Amino acid sequence: MSYERRLEPLIRVEGLSRRYGAATVLDRLDLTIGHGEFLALLGRSGSGKTTLLRILAGLDRVEEGKVSVPRNAAVVFQESRLLPWKRVWENVALGLPGPDAHDRAMAALEEVGLGHRTHVWPLTLSGGEAQRVGIARALVRQPEFLMLDEPFASLDALTRLRMQAMVGELWRKHRCAVLLVTHDVDEALLLGDRAVVLEQGRIGMELQISLVRPRRQDDPDFVSTRRALLAALDVHDAV
Amino acid sequence: MLETTVERGTVIGGTRRPPRRALRLPTRTLRRLVSPLLILLLWQAASWTGLVSPQTLASPLRILSTATDLTRDGTLPENLLVSLARAGIGLAIAVVAGTGLALAAGLSRFGEEAIDAPMQMLRTLPALALVPLFILWFGIGELPKVALVALGSTIPIYLNLFKGIRSIDPKLLEMGRTLGLSRIQTVRQIVLPGALPDLLTGLRFSVGISWLMLVVAEQVNANSGIGHMMTDAEDFLRTDIILVGLLVYALLGLLSDQMVRTLERILLAWQPVRARGPR
Ligand SMILES: Nc1ncnc2c1ncn2[C@@H]1O[C@H](COP(=O)(O)OP(=O)(O)OP(=O)(O)O)[C@@H](O)[C@H]1O
Ligand SMILES: [Mg+2]
Repeated sequence: MSYERRLEPLIRVEGLSRRYGAATVLDRLDLTIGHGEFLALLGRSGSGKTTLLRILAGLDRVEEGKVSVPRNAAVVFQESRLLPWKRVWENVALGLPGPDAHDRAMAALEEVGLGHRTHVWPLTLSGGEAQRVGIARALVRQPEFLMLDEPFASLDALTRLRMQAMVGELWRKHRCAVLLVTHDVDEALLLGDRAVVLEQGRIGMELQISLVRPRRQDDPDFVSTRRALLAALDVHDAV
Repeated sequence: MLETTVERGTVIGGTRRPPRRALRLPTRTLRRLVSPLLILLLWQAASWTGLVSPQTLASPLRILSTATDLTRDGTLPENLLVSLARAGIGLAIAVVAGTGLALAAGLSRFGEEAIDAPMQMLRTLPALALVPLFILWFGIGELPKVALVALGSTIPIYLNLFKGIRSIDPKLLEMGRTLGLSRIQTVRQIVLPGALPDLLTGLRFSVGISWLMLVVAEQVNANSGIGHMMTDAEDFLRTDIILVGLLVYALLGLLSDQMVRTLERILLAWQPVRARGPR
């Protein structure tokens, strides 16, 4: 991470806490994400990843602590959340101002490889296609900050690999800050600049991933970093 | 093993099934027509042999000729037009009122508090029981009939649309928020289209109810309309005319239901076919 990024993070979370009744899900959490940084957020099921993402997306209010997020942020949910009564391109153009909304939506769909499915109804799409429409809908707004909540969790292994490569490619082109919530250590290592693990309401461990891109899972460096991350995870899990 | 499965799948899915289905459909329709035709024949035979007197039940052929006569002398078209106008105007009022009330109640807390309770009370009231009151209030002109149709058919539209607005998937509303949609955009792009299937379900109920209301209103007091034509015939023991009236009502119900279904097919083109109501 460069010196300036540390000085001026794009996203800043300080002392964020969140409770549901007696359960403390986020406990004075601190986190920063730099301009154009790709951050992978790992953590056990129920550790509060979605809770954090929802607060960053402005869907839940901040009860305790400070959060600053750029206005121009976009979210891709685990389920694609398309409006079934709007054609694919209309879903992407939803809420876009200006007369060129249609053209921009078409270009975004072209970018995610759906140039041939722009005028179909969303209910006729496959899971992977619907997820790509969700990504196009986020990217068409040219966000400074893109949040993805386990976007590939429900896809088959092959489609997932293809989508991961696509997201890496899109990120390289758009250079927005990304927060990718995932369960998948390999996914984090393939895409992230940095991986953080959410544990007991805080960032339990953090790993800088300085592998050269494009990354390959059979690269010896990849394998050793993976071992390091898994070891760290296991140690923390045992505590 | 794998190959056989694939091959079998291809044969069943690709070649064999479609022709079989294409052949089966017409024969099935024909088979279903057999018993109604048989009943008609028996009915006609019973009338010919004098087993059933025309005062009890006119024969099918007699009904047909009466229908032709009534059409020729203008009685049927005139009364039909009157009935159609009453149902049409009443239904139009119901659509406007039901939609308006449901939007007001569905989109604002204040609206819900003001509107929903009275509407829920009204729904438990059998609208037909209002006939005497409506005659007292509105006399015996067009007003009580149209009002009865309007009142009866407002309720299903209101109930269904209100439920539709309130049961919009909150995940979609949340998605709209992350896209920065304004309140008006949210209502226009997400809430209204999402509630449209329920509105159309309500409309289908309403159309059915509007005919029911009309039948009663026209038979209790009227000097025109299909219902009046039938009560008039009662005085002269003309079962043939009564049956023509019944036939007309049946056709009207069938046609209007078909119209709403067509509307659904056009407006809900985005739904996969199997998700829509039975055809
Ligand atoms: N609205 C809510 N009301 C009560 N408890 C909630 C609510 N939302 C989340 N929780 C609780 O907060 C905890 C964290 O949930 P969250 O959805 O953030 O987990 P997660 O890390 O995203 O898990 P997963 O990986 O399974 O998606 C869970 O124990 C959950 O039960
Ligand atoms: Mg989650």
